Amino acid sequence: MNFHETFFILLAAIIMIFSVLVVTTDKILRAATYLLFVLLATAGLYYWLQYEFMAAVQVALYAGGIVVLIVFSVLLTHQIHHKLVSITLTRKLLAFGIAGLGALVSIVTIVNYDFNTAPAEAMKVDVRQIGLHLVNTGHNGFALPFEVVSILLLAALIGAITIAKKEESNSDNI
Amino acid sequence: MLYTISIKYFLILSTLMFFSGVAGFIIRKNLITILMSVELMLNAVNINFLVFNRYLYPDQLQGHFFSLFIVAIAAAEASVAIALIINIYRRFNTIMVNKVDEMKY
Repeated sequence: MNFHETFFILLAAIIMIFSVLVVTTDKILRAATYLLFVLLATAGLYYWLQYEFMAAVQVALYAGGIVVLIVFSVLLTHQIHHKLVSITLTRKLLAFGIAGLGALVSIVTIVNYDFNTAPAEAMKVDVRQIGLHLVNTGHNGFALPFEVVSILLLAALIGAITIAKKEESNSDNI
Repeated sequence: MLYTISIKYFLILSTLMFFSGVAGFIIRKNLITILMSVELMLNAVNINFLVFNRYLYPDQLQGHFFSLFIVAIAAAEASVAIALIINIYRRFNTIMVNKVDEMKY
């Protein structure tokens, strides 16, 4: 077992353990921390796959942005040591039954499917290549989804400000 | 070196991550933890895109770019969802989904 395999097994173990803990822990701030671990291990996985730019985006946007946002919203809406209401056993059994069934079907399909991994010449993925692809309108160009995502981000920005803004008229409601 | 681990291990890993997100979506009653489960599911899909790109079509970049766009969409979704959650908390003083059941103004 060389270094690469050990590294993969380590990352996989972190991801599996903490993604189960995210949904089973009963303290909400801990769930956010476990989510942070899962996202960082995923960034490590991207690094393992030699997509260094994606790993950086994952750390900056997911681990740095979304988790901080979630922690802020937890602190704005809860007492810190607030415990979640306990879930009934039937509901837990139902949820894990459904999820286990789905996972079983998917894993059986994956194990039995014969993937055609005949590796072609690997493409170099540096930031220059990514930038050239993003603004390219021709073959293998991603200019259109890039523009669509830009509009979406603008809309989300305006929407978030509009929704979260305090309204003057019904401030007695708050 | 890179292909020593079979693609199936990656897919099983992301399957487990996705379905723990599904389980969390069902058992949780708090809006923020439901949002966390959705993030888990999005992240599992992202792993799949990148692994397929690397193992099956390493001469192209489609999977890479779509996971890039998914990350951007997830960030937008999380920001709007959290704005909504904070607004709901201000109005109803709770963010439990079973207590926020009226759409009345």
